[in-house]
Amino acid sequence: MPGGKSKGTSQRNAWVLHIALVALSFLFLFPLLWMISTALKVEAETMRQPPTWIPTDFQWVNFAKAFTYGRAELGYIPFLIYGRNTLILCALTVAGAVLSNAIVAYAFARMRWPGRDLFFAITLATMMVPFPVTMVPVYGLFRSLGWIGTFRPLWVPAWFGSAFSIFLLRQFFRTLPFELSEAARIDGCSEWQIFRQIILPLSKPALAVVALFTFMGTWNDFLQPLIYLQYQHTFTLSVGLQAFQTQHGGTQWSMLMAAATMVVAPVIAIFFFAQKQFIQGIAVTGLKG
Amino acid sequence: MKARKTEAWTAVLFASPWIIGFSVFLLYPLLASIYYSFCDYSVLRSPVWIGLANYRDLIKDEVFWKTLWNTGLYAMMALPLGVLVAFALALMLNAKIRGLTIYRTIFFLPSLVPQVALSVLWLWIFNGEYGILNNALGFLHFGGIPIMGHHFLAFQFHGPNWLGDPSWSKPALVLLSAWGVGNAMVIYLAGLQDVPQSLYEAADLDGAGWWAKTRNITIPMLSPVILFNLIMGIIGTLQVFAVPYVMSPSGSPARSIYFYTMYIFDNAFMYQKMGYACAMGWIMFVIILLLTLGAIKLSDRHVHYENS
Repeated sequence: MPGGKSKGTSQRNAWVLHIALVALSFLFLFPLLWMISTALKVEAETMRQPPTWIPTDFQWVNFAKAFTYGRAELGYIPFLIYGRNTLILCALTVAGAVLSNAIVAYAFARMRWPGRDLFFAITLATMMVPFPVTMVPVYGLFRSLGWIGTFRPLWVPAWFGSAFSIFLLRQFFRTLPFELSEAARIDGCSEWQIFRQIILPLSKPALAVVALFTFMGTWNDFLQPLIYLQYQHTFTLSVGLQAFQTQHGGTQWSMLMAAATMVVAPVIAIFFFAQKQFIQGIAVTGLKG
Repeated sequence: MKARKTEAWTAVLFASPWIIGFSVFLLYPLLASIYYSFCDYSVLRSPVWIGLANYRDLIKDEVFWKTLWNTGLYAMMALPLGVLVAFALALMLNAKIRGLTIYRTIFFLPSLVPQVALSVLWLWIFNGEYGILNNALGFLHFGGIPIMGHHFLAFQFHGPNWLGDPSWSKPALVLLSAWGVGNAMVIYLAGLQDVPQSLYEAADLDGAGWWAKTRNITIPMLSPVILFNLIMGIIGTLQVFAVPYVMSPSGSPARSIYFYTMYIFDNAFMYQKMGYACAMGWIMFVIILLLTLGAIKLSDRHVHYENS
């Protein structure tokens, strides 16, 4: 606590602050804890009054049940298939986003061409365009290509760049010393060699942020898979979970929470591995915007 | 001169994925969407020009006004609360306390939860019968003061049937949105840590208190960040879709959580009224543009930019 007060007061303030933060921490954590607690109960226990926080009999089998597909216990989420679909899409969008956005951002950040700055300003402005405005013509486009019901509408666009990632990488590329490029040019390097051999290796932190945000975007996306996917065996986790909820919502809460836990867990695991990239990525895009 | 020209061509080649992506996935759909908004169009038939008919129908469409009202009301509750909660958390975490990273992680975690999982989880928490939220609220009770057989001031707090009650469903969604302010909090916290320490030291010499420093240094220094977040918040909040759709695709009860994008989605893909959906899309775009311009205009007086 900044301030010219006595040591006693500031120590007391620190205690008050900690107590408030611990209370708030509980408020922020309790929904997640409740999700896990419900996921581990037998169905009957989820409706017990008063509710129990620690399940009387841990039902780890709930997670396994969500993996089974086409079994007699109809309606359980074919989580394995949905998870595989989601991972395929994530891999394709991350690969495309890292590659194409890096090349495009390089052109915006470190090359001279007429109309560059105007086009960049327009690119930034497109971040304001809400998806519902372009949704119908884009759907029509994919329909005329015969792509409805396939994965293609969900990953092909990622290979053509996105304004947000271009912006993020351009900001980073511009912080690298331009003398590096000049020296390489004098040595006879082509623009592609400079990009590939000098700039890219130095940009791993920024590329990691783009990969991370693209992965999160694909993993979380709901509206687009809902529009384009038609068959249950092509569903992503988001669409699959929603389909399960409409069929069995209000009855099988422990199964639903087991499935939700498995959708949340990988994201949280990735966060703990890449905490620095997350925090820095968010801070940079929020502050330099 | 020739080298310049070669460089320009190479650069265009480098930028070509985005030139294509921008034209195909943004420019063309934007223009096509305006055109379709003046057409009777379903994917099965080619568009037929009908002039302003879609827009005229919209003005008379009660559901359109309902969804616009719902979305506006939701935004007016969720946006200020979001800024307030995120900013308050960031201020608390900026007080140089021990365990900062642990608290920051805890407050940030909920914003990582994917939207569909989030909706399913809160459906369960808000459940009127077995929901943990109402169970927790039920602990708020007071037996009263017994005087001559009466229990004065007795009360038992009964939580509402959140998502089953049209007057509580929107507040429920607002509450849920406040749970996911981690992103904004991280941005504010980074902004707070950028404020030059010398400003606070100067204020200390003048004997300024905590509130005076927050009001006169912290908030002005962070105003550009707050403005940027507010604009992104407006754009995002007006497009709210996944959470209410998962909770109730028809926006029940009494269409109280039937939002604008849900109605666009239904028009486009349920009723096959794609021209109508495009008209709604464009109205939304214009509203977002006007609100953003308004926010920037208003901020001219209140936002402090360091280098200008």
